[in-house]
Parts: sequence; C-alpha cells; structure tokens
Amino acid sequence: MEHGSFSDNTKSTFSLADEDHTLANAIRFTLNQDPRVSFSGYSIPHPSENRVNIRVQTTGAPAGEVMKDACQDLMMMCQHVRSTFDKAVSDYKMRNPEDMNTNGTENV
Amino acid sequence: MAKRDERMSEEEEESEAESMSESESGGRGESQGGLDYIMSLPDVPMKLPPHVELQRTRVFCNADAPNHTDTIQYSGAFASVGIDNSFRLDHFRKDFRVEVIRCSDDDLEFDMIGIDPALANAFRRILIAEVPTMAIEKVLIANNTSVVQDEVLAHRLGLIPISVDPRLFEYAENNALNERNSIVFKLHVRCERGGPRLTVKANALTWLPNGSEFPLQSEDPNSNSTSKPKTYTSFSCSQDSLPEFSSNPIGFKGRLNDIIISKLAPGQEIELEAHAVKGIGKTHAKWSPVATAWYRMLPEVVLLEEIEDEVAENLKSKCPVGVFDIEDIGNGKKRLTVARPRACTLCRECIREGGEWEKRVSLRRVKDHFIFTIESTGALPPEVLFTEAVKILESKCERVISELS
Repeated sequence: MEHGSFSDNTKSTFSLADEDHTLANAIRFTLNQDPRVSFSGYSIPHPSENRVNIRVQTTGAPAGEVMKDACQDLMMMCQHVRSTFDKAVSDYKMRNPEDMNTNGTENV
Repeated sequence: MAKRDERMSEEEEESEAESMSESESGGRGESQGGLDYIMSLPDVPMKLPPHVELQRTRVFCNADAPNHTDTIQYSGAFASVGIDNSFRLDHFRKDFRVEVIRCSDDDLEFDMIGIDPALANAFRRILIAEVPTMAIEKVLIANNTSVVQDEVLAHRLGLIPISVDPRLFEYAENNALNERNSIVFKLHVRCERGGPRLTVKANALTWLPNGSEFPLQSEDPNSNSTSKPKTYTSFSCSQDSLPEFSSNPIGFKGRLNDIIISKLAPGQEIELEAHAVKGIGKTHAKWSPVATAWYRMLPEVVLLEEIEDEVAENLKSKCPVGVFDIEDIGNGKKRLTVARPRACTLCRECIREGGEWEKRVSLRRVKDHFIFTIESTGALPPEVLFTEAVKILESKCERVISELS
C-alpha cells in the first residue's frame, strides 16, 4: 500500500504487510543504489505487527516507479544469483562425482 | 595511523596502477573526444584513492575494535571525487561469483563473492524462517502409559525431520486434511512384560497412505455400517497411488531413523497418530529446513613487514588456529608466511599486545566475500534449499511489484 500526496508524487511511504527486515533491508539496499533516490529507509512500527514501512524520496521521478524499479533490480539480482549458484553446484558435482546426492531431488 | 595506512595500501597500489594504465590506453586508442576521451585524461579519477578503496572493501579488525564495518550503499557517496556508486546490473553480473567448497547430502559450504550483506542476509533469514517443510503438527494420543507425558511426546514428534519434498504438498487451510496437504503416521509400540526395556525410535512411525484410522468421536460406530466411517482426515485416494510417492514411500531416511522418541519399561505402551502438515520456520522452528544457515566474511591476514626468525616463531605460536607458516629462505634465515588465512577466526590473539604487533600484522575481512554454510535437517538437500530461498525472495519482489501496479 502506498501512502503519498496527490500533488507531489516524488515522496511516498510504502507499507508492506506480512514482510520484515528480510525484504525491507534488501529493497532499501537497491533503492539506495539508485541515483534518482535522495532518501530511503525503512522502519517496523511495532514488533508484534507484521508490517514494514519503506520511505522513498526522490530527486524528481515518481516514488512508485523508483520503488518498482528497485524491486525489479532485486529480482534480476536474485535470478542471476540463482543461475550462477546452480551452475557452480553442477560444476562441483561434475568434478566430484563421489559426493553426488543419492536421493535425486535436485534440479526439480 | 597514517603511516600504517600508507604501508597497507602499497601492495594494492601496485596492482591498481597496472589496471589503470591498461584502461587509459584502451580508452585513448578507441575514440577522440566524447566521454571515453574525458575519462582517459590523466587527472580524472578512474577509481577511488587506494586508502578509501581499502576502507570501502575491508573491515579492519584492530586490537581495540573493528573499524570501517559499514558497507557504502548510497549511489552518490563518492560524488565529490567523481565516482559513481550507483547499482549497475551488468557490473553485478560480471563480478558475482559462486564457488562451492564442500557439498554433501546434508551439508553445503560455498563462497559468494561480489554481493552485498543486505542480500546475503536476506537469503540466510529466508533459509531459516521461510523455506517450507513438512512437520508433525497434530498428535492424537489413544494410549500413552510411558513416562514421557503426552505434551512432551507430541513436542518431540513435531521436531523430527521428515524426509519428504514439501513442494509436493499444499498448505492445509482450516485444518481440512486431505491427501494433498498432509501426511499421517501411526505409532503403536508396546513393551512386553518380562522382556527388556524398549527404545522407540523414529522408524517405529509408520506411514498411513490412506490417512487417519481413528474414527471421529461424533460418529456412531453402529449406525450406517455400509459407508466408511468418518476419520480425522478426508483422503479421497491413497497417497501411495499418487505418482510422486508410489516408488518413493514417505518416511525417515538414513540417520533420521535413529532419533529416539521415548523409552518404554515392561508393560508400557504408546498408541498414537501423528498428522504432519506444511509450514514455515517463522511459525514454529520445527518447520525450519536447516539446522544452521550462516555466513562469515572472508578473513584476510596481511603481514605489513617482513617477519623473520624469533619474531616469526613467536607470531606463529601465538595463533591458535595455525594461520601462519614458516619457510626457510636460506642462510639459516626463516620467514613468516600466511598459509591459511581462511582458518582465521579473528580472535586477534596475534595483535592483542598492541603496539609493535599491530604494526606487523593487519587483520581484515573482505566485505563482499561471504563464506556461506548450510546444514540441512534432511527434508531437502542444501543446494535445493538455497535455490528455494532465492526463489522466495524473488516472489516477494514480484508481490510488491504487482501490488504497486
């Protein structure tokens, strides 16, 4: 859910339900690396409520778009991590066949 | 302090000077004018000054406290020296590396290089708390005369890892259990009078592919005897007729069979039924698929000066994990080398006395090099757990994107 003003869409707070530091800190990281962002940070208003607020202020671009791009970046990074990891593991198994798993559940 | 920094950066400078001259000459050859030309001018910084670069990429573990522990995330952090710190996916793709160190059925160690702690930590947190597994959630106890109380017994059963792929199951909603979202186990053991004591292990739990055998209490066993009595689960078909389980019965594999549930004295008996459902570690630790998932940054031990003879022997004996080695350099002289920096636990014993020692050895950690270790409890192999964790982070991003648009 986005909380912002109608007249100025360059600053918004995004309230994500059922999320915690795991996602919020990762998004804050990608937001901070975006040159359009002048400020970003997150907070958990109450520890027993499963909710994080992510604040985004930009130098001109709509905050919603910047936020979306940050998520997109994070997703692309994850995909790259996954493909690199899978390749590294299969390479390792090629080199060390004696360590091979016997239950055959990998790469499903 | 300044003096030490200088010495530390010397070796880095050398390698940097090389790569700098390379890129400069390349830029000049390709184009005259334009951005490439400007970037190739000698007074335009291509890189951060070596001491800043060192502070950006390394944690310094000094005798008093660690220094430069933060990672610099802000895109404009180095704008004043004309260096762009913003995120570039192509750079990430170029620099990111994974190297598997050790991989077995339930244990995986790998190096993740070129990634920020924000992401490494997200993967770790998801592995512990958000990758689903199957675990026993409800235990129906018909008879328990053992010394282990009902509630303790139920808790022990819950903590036993089940060797089954949780991706084959759905989450059970409103406690309606069927063949798609639950596994039912039966345990009926009795220690005969006059015999020896009996140890009940996890392999005594038998899988019931047809679901619960206990009739619901509301059902009158005498009425409508033609239809099947209603039980605590409503399976529409037997699980062993499903293709994923027909050749691969659900149970406890390998060492998981040896987990002790209880011990029975002669005359004692346990009869129960255990219902396992899918869940995540956030709800209860019994659903956590990992025994541990943790990472540490790569230690870097740098000798700031040549260390020889007695000092070398002294320093070698100081290290409890054997990071240093001594090599002969002829003429009866000995020189200290850093043989196993990976073993360093940063106990800082080698620089504890401060002064002299801090000038000889510098302990650092590489901020973007993570030694990641995953120990699986047995449901899924650790490498599958990691890819599942990454997928979960991806789906979280996807959710946010779809909510915003």
